[in-house]
Amino acid sequence: MAVLVIADHHDGLVRDTTNKTVTAAQAFGGDIDILVAGKGVDAAAKAAAGIAGVRKVLTADSDALGQGLAEAFEATIVPLAAGYDAVLIPSTSQGKNIAPRIAAKLDVSLISDIIEVVDAKTFVRPIYAGNALETVQTSEPKVIATVRPTVFKAAAEGGSAAIEKADAAGAPAHTRFVSEEMVKSDRPELGAAKIVVSGGRAMGSAEEFQRVIEPLADLLGAAVGASRAAVDAGYAPNDYQVGQTGKVVAPSLYIAVGISGAIQHLAGMKDSKVIVAINKDADAPIFQVADYGLVADYKTAIPELTEALKAAGK
Amino acid sequence: MKVLVPVKRVIDYNVKARVKPDQTGVDLANVKMSMNPFDEIGVEEAVRLKEKGAVEEIVVVSIGPAQAQETIRTALAMGADRGILIQTDADPEPLAVAKLLKAVIGEEAPGFVVMGKQAIDGDNNAVGQMLAALLDWPQATFASKIELSGKSAKVTREVDGGLQTLDVDLPAVITADLRLNEPRYASLPNIMKAKKKPIDVKAPADYGVDIAPRLKVLKVTEPAKRSAGIKVETASDLVMKLKNEAGVL
Repeated sequence: MAVLVIADHHDGLVRDTTNKTVTAAQAFGGDIDILVAGKGVDAAAKAAAGIAGVRKVLTADSDALGQGLAEAFEATIVPLAAGYDAVLIPSTSQGKNIAPRIAAKLDVSLISDIIEVVDAKTFVRPIYAGNALETVQTSEPKVIATVRPTVFKAAAEGGSAAIEKADAAGAPAHTRFVSEEMVKSDRPELGAAKIVVSGGRAMGSAEEFQRVIEPLADLLGAAVGASRAAVDAGYAPNDYQVGQTGKVVAPSLYIAVGISGAIQHLAGMKDSKVIVAINKDADAPIFQVADYGLVADYKTAIPELTEALKAAGK
Repeated sequence: MKVLVPVKRVIDYNVKARVKPDQTGVDLANVKMSMNPFDEIGVEEAVRLKEKGAVEEIVVVSIGPAQAQETIRTALAMGADRGILIQTDADPEPLAVAKLLKAVIGEEAPGFVVMGKQAIDGDNNAVGQMLAALLDWPQATFASKIELSGKSAKVTREVDGGLQTLDVDLPAVITADLRLNEPRYASLPNIMKAKKKPIDVKAPADYGVDIAPRLKVLKVTEPAKRSAGIKVETASDLVMKLKNEAGVL
C-alpha cells in the first residue's frame, strides 16, 4: 500500500492543507509520498520533506506546472499514479481542477471532498450542500480522491524524507496562461484562519463592508469572509465567499455579521467550533446553528463589540 | 459554431434535503426539482454567445429520468435550439456521465462545451474535467468570463486567492462559475415556442456506454446536529462568554 499526496504550496511554503491531506493518507496505513509540482519548488519540497511520516518527496518543476495548467498536472501525475494505490489531493480550487482529469485518464471514479477515511476503500463525503453524508465504498483498483482539509488535523513536522526528481510535463499543446490577478492581503488565509469574521448583504455597500468587517477582523487577527449575497452584490471579492460554492472553513470562531444563514452559506461554515451570529432578525436561520446569538443591528453591535473586545484586552 | 450544453435535473436549491430514515439516500419523492443553478448559467452563456453571433446552434443534453425532459424544455425556453435526453432511472456517476457526453460529442461535433462547474446534489465538481480528459481537450473550469475569438477562447477563472486567465484552443470544455452571468427567466411566449423544439430521446445503451456504478453507497446519514445555542443580550456579554465559557478569545 502506497499513497501519493499532491502538495498544495505557494512561494516556497507548503500550506497546511497538505499536512492535513497527509493525515488523511495515514488512515490508509501505507507508505506516504508527496509530489511537489510547480515552478521553482526546491524550498517547498524541503518543507514537505519535514512533514512527519513521509517516505519521500518527489519534485516536478516546469513553467506549465507553475502556472497550474491542468493538462500539465495530468501529464505529470498520471504516469506516477502507476506506482500508487491511492492519490490524494487537497480540495482546493486547483485540486478540484486537476483531480477529475487525472481520475478520468486512469478510468477511475473520483471520490470528491472526503471528510473521513473509514478504511482504504471506504470514505465519507458530504452531498446536498452538506445536508447529508454519504458513505461510499469503491471497487476501483486505485483510489483517486480530493480531501476536505478543514476536517483533518495537520500532520506534525519533524520528518526528514528524501527528495527525488520526477518528470515534469512541459507546456500543453492547447492551453496558454495569460495572466493572474491575486488579491493581496496581510490577513490570515481564509481556509486556515483560527477566527473568521464574515459579512453579509446587510452591509449594503463595499465601503460599509470594509468599514465594519475589516477593522473587527484585524482586531481579532481574523480572516475576512462573506456570504454569496455580499459577493454577488459586489461588497466583497469573490474569493471571500464562504459556502457550498465558495470556501469551506472550520475555524475555532466564526462570526457572522448580517448573514441570514442560507443552506448554501451554512454548508461552508457549520463545522466551525464556535459560531456567533449578529443579526437584527431574530428569526434568521443563522441563529439555529449559532452557539451565541446577538439580536441587534450591526451598526450598534459592532462598535459595542469592538469596545468590549478592547476592554477585554484584545 | 455549435455549442453543447449539458444540464442536470436536481433538487431545487431552496429545498433542504432530507435523509431517508432507512439511510438509503435523500428523499426526493414530492420534492421540487429544477435545473441545476450552474447549468442555468451555462445555458445563459450559450444563449448570449448566440445572440452575439459567435454561436449558431445550441444543443442541450440531459441524462436522467423521463422528467428531465422538463429541464431540457426550460433550456429550450431560454433560447437553446434542440435537446437530447439520455433517459435512465439510474443516477450515473460523473465518469459515466462524462463517457456518455463524449459519445454525444462524437455524433454532434460541437465547437465547445459549456456546463455548470458542479451539480448541487452530488457536489462532485468532476464531469467537465473528466469530459475534457476523455476527449483530450483543454479545460477552463470555474469560468467567470468567456471571450471567444475564432479558434480559441480567453477564459477568466475563479481560483483560490483571485483570478486566472487562460487562452484555450477550441474545442474545449468550459465550466461555469456563479459570476459568469445572471440567467434570464424564460418568457411565456418562449415557453410555448420551446414546446415545438425537438428533443431526441435516447438510452445509455445507444451509445454503448456502461453506466454501472463503481462506487457503492453503503449509507446516507444526517450530519451531526449542532446543539442549540443561547442568545446574549449585549456585546460585552458576548465577549465574556467567548472568553470564559467558549475559550476562543
